[in-house]
Amino acid sequence: MSARDNILGKLKAAPVTPVIEPDTAAHFARFASTASKLELLKHWAAAMRSVKTEIIWVTESNWADKLAARVTATNLPDLLVSDTPHGTKARAALANSDVTVKVFDRPVDEWKESLFNDVSASLTRCLCGIAQTGTLVLWPDSKEPRTMSLVPPVHFVLFDTQTLYPNFFTAMDAQQWSAGMPTNAVLVSGPSKTADIQLTLAYGAHGPREVIVLACLPEGVNPTLLEDAA
Amino acid sequence: MSQHTVTLYPSRQFKDNARSALGDTELRHSLRTAMDFLMAKRLSAFPDENELETLRTLGETIRQRCLAKLPTLLEQLEAKLTANGIQVHWAETPAEANQIIQGLIDRRNGKLAVKGKSMVSEETELNHHLEAHGVTAVESDMGEYIVQMAGEKPTHIIMPAIHKTKAQIAKLFSENIPDTPYTEDVDELIQIGRKALRHLYMKADVGISGVNFAVAETGTLCLVENEGNGRMCTTVPDMHIAITGIEKVVEKLSDVVPLYSLLTRSAIGQPITTYFNMISSPRKEGELDGPREVHLVLLDNGRSQAYADTQLRKTLQCIRCGACMNHCPVYTRIGGHAYGTTYPGPIGEIISPHLLGLENTSDLPTASSLCGACGEVCPVRIPIPEMLMRLREESQRPANEHVAHPLRGQGAGRTGKESIAWRVWKGVVGKASHYKLFGWTASHLRALTPVNQPGWTQNHVPMKPAAKTLHQLIKEREAKRS
Repeated sequence: MSARDNILGKLKAAPVTPVIEPDTAAHFARFASTASKLELLKHWAAAMRSVKTEIIWVTESNWADKLAARVTATNLPDLLVSDTPHGTKARAALANSDVTVKVFDRPVDEWKESLFNDVSASLTRCLCGIAQTGTLVLWPDSKEPRTMSLVPPVHFVLFDTQTLYPNFFTAMDAQQWSAGMPTNAVLVSGPSKTADIQLTLAYGAHGPREVIVLACLPEGVNPTLLEDAA
Repeated sequence: MSQHTVTLYPSRQFKDNARSALGDTELRHSLRTAMDFLMAKRLSAFPDENELETLRTLGETIRQRCLAKLPTLLEQLEAKLTANGIQVHWAETPAEANQIIQGLIDRRNGKLAVKGKSMVSEETELNHHLEAHGVTAVESDMGEYIVQMAGEKPTHIIMPAIHKTKAQIAKLFSENIPDTPYTEDVDELIQIGRKALRHLYMKADVGISGVNFAVAETGTLCLVENEGNGRMCTTVPDMHIAITGIEKVVEKLSDVVPLYSLLTRSAIGQPITTYFNMISSPRKEGELDGPREVHLVLLDNGRSQAYADTQLRKTLQCIRCGACMNHCPVYTRIGGHAYGTTYPGPIGEIISPHLLGLENTSDLPTASSLCGACGEVCPVRIPIPEMLMRLREESQRPANEHVAHPLRGQGAGRTGKESIAWRVWKGVVGKASHYKLFGWTASHLRALTPVNQPGWTQNHVPMKPAAKTLHQLIKEREAKRS
């Protein structure tokens, strides 16, 4: 008998208990926020800022310039982008600057050390946002690998605010995640942190020290409307 | 091949350990401060009591549904993970789990493993096993890194180094990490740890992690963390080995939503952790990073014993938030090391007897005042005090008494003196006439009560029977009324 057979055998021999089916959807519907889209966005921003995330309000037409301005203003020497349309756009915006733009275009095994030692910042997009907890959902793929949002000390995230969901359940449900998950998906709520030393909160534990969100608003939405959340 | 023997602190040392911990004022101060902080944080994370109670009921029902279907869900999980390219291994004992992991590492001729936080690997003492077989396993969670450096075990399942002051950690780092000056600045200490560990992620042959929830529906391993070390261990090395207990499986992906919310809010009062990492396959064709091999080791180690009994099965509902220890007056005074087991506090008192047998843990179910705080805060409503009473009963049950689901070490807590005391008690309260006679004698001979009452008077004033029994008092009151 294998360990598997023994374990399953013991479990199957145990008394059967009745199964009560909980209604998870009803729970989240009952406690769902009734806030407007704008209020949800304000809440999301406040929650993200409470965990040291920087938010830059942008639009589809100006985000690359705002990214370039932020990168150069803090003298970041380089930026890692993906071989994607938004990566190309960022590269173009930084073309005339001193910032070295690197593209993640080959397997990490070929340049792991360099990724750890020579990259100061990266740009990725995200799948959606979650208002309740101040969260972004990263959905890495073959074009935009997992380590991009993990290894560089500064992580820029391009976020389409139209994809903000009230809570984790609504995001998962609306996008039917259960139909098929990618190799890896990650919920991110701020830069890495720890309170393991005498409960003192410190940022920049092992992942990024800074998370900067380029929160893309529809054209015509005035960002000052969102700023009383600050 | 030599095998690492899992060494256990014999439970008979529990009382000595507790006594010595009580005398350590620095430890008591650290624990009191930390537990007060964690209790306040938890309270502030649940501002709406109605939402909290509804969520707890939902969490409890989900965990009970998953446990009711456990064997089927484990088979479904295995099938789904296998289809996704994740290899599944089964281990009945810690030694088997260690052998499996070592075998996987050896196959790649691996020498360095980086580890994310995993209480199950603490349970199997994996680090020692690997070390004995030429593999260096480095803990990468800051708290675990600190306790590993100090040669200790975690004192808390969420905050492994909660018993240590920053001065102690500063000393530890300056003495053990090359070119490190002494500093008590927490930001600097964290950056020292970050730097020391970052180059290890790069070089490591394998990453080892635990699992918070294993989703049968999608074949997804979910990891909860703040630091990013878990993501590093599961993303950067070419092989990822996850180890978890068989009870961690959940049926649906949507099940993790309420459980995750209950976990982070109950554990540390955070609405969410920095990362919720969902892994569903190794690196696929065309992907540029991630481990090429992912393995899951499912460990029983006595869990099936708890499962066999429908009352004790509730122990397996646990989502390892640690709220029960944060609220336990015993844990707060003695800390995790005194228990001598991987899982301390109330949850440790009810899970360890299954993992290690009552013969090694018979003191643990008695390490409680039964105040009920653990049961009140448990996010999945495990009736911990009820479990403690049941385990006390099993540890007193004669070893040769036949029961449907005997526990390992049944009767291990039985001593001659205690058995006699219980027999006398049974004789006294079992018959009304005996009880009446006992009451009369006790109240009339109260002047003869000994001043020295072993087991009681070293900490309390002597007990003395009342001048009148309760029956007498009630009778007198009724007589007055009529």
